[in-house]
Amino acid sequence: MTPELGQLALILALMLAVAQSVLPLIGAWRGHRALMAVARPAATGQAVFVALAFAILVWAFVHFDFSVQYVAANSNLQLPWYYRIAAVWGAHEGSMLLWVLILNVWTVALALFSRQLPEVFLSRVIAVLGIISVGFLCFILFTSNPFGRLLPMPPDGADLNPVLQDPGMTFHPPVLYMGYVGFSVAFAFSIAALLGGSMEQAWVRWARPWTNAAWGFLSCGIVAGSWWAYAELGWGGWWFWDPVENASFMPWLVGVALIHAQAVTEKRGSLRAWTILLSLFAFSLSLLGTFLVRSGILTSVHAFASDPRRGTFILCFLAVVVGGSLLLYALRAPKVAGGKAFALVSRESAILIGNLMFTVAAAMVLLGTLFPLLGDAFNLGKISVGPPYFGLLFPLLMLPVVVLLPFGPYLRWGKSDTPMLKQVLVRAGVAALACAVVSMVFVQGQLKAIAGVASAVWVGVGVVLYLVKRWREMPRGRRYPAEMAGMLLAHLGVAVFLIGVLLSESLSVTRDVRLSPGQVAVVGGYEFRFDGVTQAQGPNWVAEQGVVTVTHNGSPVAVMHPQKRTYSHEQVQTQSSIDPGISRDLYVALGEPMDPQHVEGAWALRLYTKPFVRWIWGGGLFMMLGGFVSAGDRRFRVKREAEQAQTVSSTLQESRA
Amino acid sequence: MTRLVPFFGFALLAVLLGFGIWWNSAHDPTAVPSPLINKPAPAYVLPKLDDPARMVSKESMLGKPYLVNVFASWCFACGEEHPVLMAESKSFGIPVIGYDYKDDPNDAKTWLTQHGNPYDTVIADQSGHTAIDFGVYGAPETFLIDGKGVIRYKRIGPLTPDVIEQQLKPAIEALQKEAP
Amino acid sequence: MTGRFVRIAALVALIALGSAAFAQAIDPLPFRDHAEELRFQHLTSQLRCLVCQDEDLADSNADFARDIRHKVFELMQQGKSDAQIKQYLVDRYSDFVLYDPPVNGRTWLLWFGPLLILIAGGVVVVNTIRKRGRAGTPTAPTDNGDDW
Repeated sequence: MTPELGQLALILALMLAVAQSVLPLIGAWRGHRALMAVARPAATGQAVFVALAFAILVWAFVHFDFSVQYVAANSNLQLPWYYRIAAVWGAHEGSMLLWVLILNVWTVALALFSRQLPEVFLSRVIAVLGIISVGFLCFILFTSNPFGRLLPMPPDGADLNPVLQDPGMTFHPPVLYMGYVGFSVAFAFSIAALLGGSMEQAWVRWARPWTNAAWGFLSCGIVAGSWWAYAELGWGGWWFWDPVENASFMPWLVGVALIHAQAVTEKRGSLRAWTILLSLFAFSLSLLGTFLVRSGILTSVHAFASDPRRGTFILCFLAVVVGGSLLLYALRAPKVAGGKAFALVSRESAILIGNLMFTVAAAMVLLGTLFPLLGDAFNLGKISVGPPYFGLLFPLLMLPVVVLLPFGPYLRWGKSDTPMLKQVLVRAGVAALACAVVSMVFVQGQLKAIAGVASAVWVGVGVVLYLVKRWREMPRGRRYPAEMAGMLLAHLGVAVFLIGVLLSESLSVTRDVRLSPGQVAVVGGYEFRFDGVTQAQGPNWVAEQGVVTVTHNGSPVAVMHPQKRTYSHEQVQTQSSIDPGISRDLYVALGEPMDPQHVEGAWALRLYTKPFVRWIWGGGLFMMLGGFVSAGDRRFRVKREAEQAQTVSSTLQESRA
Repeated sequence: MTRLVPFFGFALLAVLLGFGIWWNSAHDPTAVPSPLINKPAPAYVLPKLDDPARMVSKESMLGKPYLVNVFASWCFACGEEHPVLMAESKSFGIPVIGYDYKDDPNDAKTWLTQHGNPYDTVIADQSGHTAIDFGVYGAPETFLIDGKGVIRYKRIGPLTPDVIEQQLKPAIEALQKEAP
Repeated sequence: MTGRFVRIAALVALIALGSAAFAQAIDPLPFRDHAEELRFQHLTSQLRCLVCQDEDLADSNADFARDIRHKVFELMQQGKSDAQIKQYLVDRYSDFVLYDPPVNGRTWLLWFGPLLILIAGGVVVVNTIRKRGRAGTPTAPTDNGDDW
């Protein structure tokens, strides 16, 4: 299948995207139903062509078409088929095509599952998504074409970086993009609301499931990336505050604030301007992240190959979309505070405070990530900002959130009475203190670990107390509406995450050792016996494989096989061996032989015990689950009669606006 | 007009990012400026490549400015810089010391025989420990040291004719003017 | 087009060259005791590998990183404190080598910026709560179809 067809498909997609952007907006402005009706078919058509282009690229990879330069640069004859497919999004051009494909997935999903949205509003939403698509399709066609030819065709390609040859690679980018790009829906909803002028609460209710789902995907994507770094990079690290990691974390933080702000606006009608602004911020940060990763202005192991032309293009696109949306916000956002009032002690206040912390945290991450650039701009010298900075400020900013969390469900909207809250404070507080004291025995007085236990119990008991309260007070079937269940799952995820982070960081033990076959090293209470090295082989690699037998107080625990692989183009990759567990991971990496001529002799090894490290990702997965379960609440889908009447009249109003 | 705050905030950010793109294309993003400019060079004592019994030290070089060019046989960019050095080293008017960095002496000698030797002297730092005191982190790098032993200029990366004309030669001239 | 391919191939080769240093981050050193080993691990995780794409000394396979790690070890054996070791490296390689940026006149925005943003945001939040509180506070149950 000729790659040029892929390029043609993209051009056709672009044309449809232009139609999708322009015509429904004019239709919405003029009340012209035929033009508005263009939205859905144009979006579907665009999706078909983008999917076709993507399929053609996948085909080129699967069938070793090295006449396509992108394929030749990212795969070769020995690469197994599943990594050939993953290689489609392994470098810049293909990942941009994935981005647009996923944008189309969300747009089509929206077109399918939004029968209850008023036509004028939906046309605007789809048109905004079309504008974003136009930008990215132009970017691909003019600067990042994956279908460019390489002639004469080489007999074999280069290779996919061995670090990327991992199941994480097949999974992490698509899921992450589902999240990143998914915030475009909330963004489009907000723009449509700003354009429409009428500020009724209903649009926020429609936006909520999309936002929760996108956030769920983003949570999963970040977890996948972190786990992949842990398993693949060899040094047991799961987060480095690397610019590209930060680029995915900032939208996540603002996404948390957005989800809660949407809840307030939907139920109480207040804080509308904040909700709109947060949804603009969330997607802007997604776009900013896309820029940072590809523009070359930041140094990162994850960064794609850079090109000032591409950077400039995305920056201009960013200026138009983000600048335009923020200008629209300044002009059209509700000026008068609407909705129901609330007191100091109320759920609204707590959410406001929490949102403040999340927004400041996102700003802090942005500041730290961009500070080296500021250093260059203002001649402050070349400065590095790394984990010591972020790792200090982030927990500080999250402390108020953790403190407030158990009270969340107990606080009432509008005004809360304190006796219930005092009860929660006492119960959760006592539990946290008691567990903290008990844990002192087990964690050798490590403060971080004690803090981890205390904070996790504080949050976890708060969740359980509320679970029990609902069970007692409500009849069957009405105890845990999906929205609430999602919230409880996500908050529980926070507790699980706190255990994971604080305990693994404080109690992990790492040792570099030199072992001859038969020698034993003791790390973290486990005995690691090195049993020499054998040869192993894979589809496109050969490896020296160590054998390490692990025992605990004499009883066998695991036999681990760390590898040092040499791939087809002499690239070497350390493949660590991990023995996973609920209460701990054991982790072994193979280093260098002491004498390269005698690989049967002693080797350098790095041994780790990492207590509770899986809870980090477990917590993230609970949060993801919470996002998805919340999104599924029927309440968001059912349109109530009173609203229908209201919407009909506001549709007429909107189209005149 | 607080509603415009986000817009202006973003505008500032966009300007910074635009600056970043320009800066990146005009500068080498991996270059780390040396904090040793106008500071005394480290006190070094290193053996000559062709005669390891004889040493070259900072003291032995005091009195007149000279260049130290960090190179190695394994260094790809040094191979690119080498023809430029061969052509221009004599025109500097000051001694040029070759600093063989983390290299096998035999490899280095072979390399110099193959590609030519533009240096007045070649010293060898096999372990790379002295280089740390110079703030060296890769090759090629070039230092201009004055008669009092103070580092006055450092070039990170290969010397090109442009860099020589616009930066190195003016720096050498400035030194020669101030020396009595 | 071939130019770009060559560049990509060169990048790949560069990665290979970097990886050709194999797994040199694994570097058993003769520590006196576990406390010293912990101190070394902590110190090297705060120092940047200058020739890497954003990696710390503890995790880097680069030859140069190994040299600097050995230097850090040597300085530790000589009895130098953490601050002295960091200063030694900063004197030679500038502040860039520190992942924990110094707190000084040049980095005040970095260290105090978040606090300023927090204060500004806090003022806004306080104002919002005050404004809302004045408007009267209904305790009527919500009419959104949920009971919590």
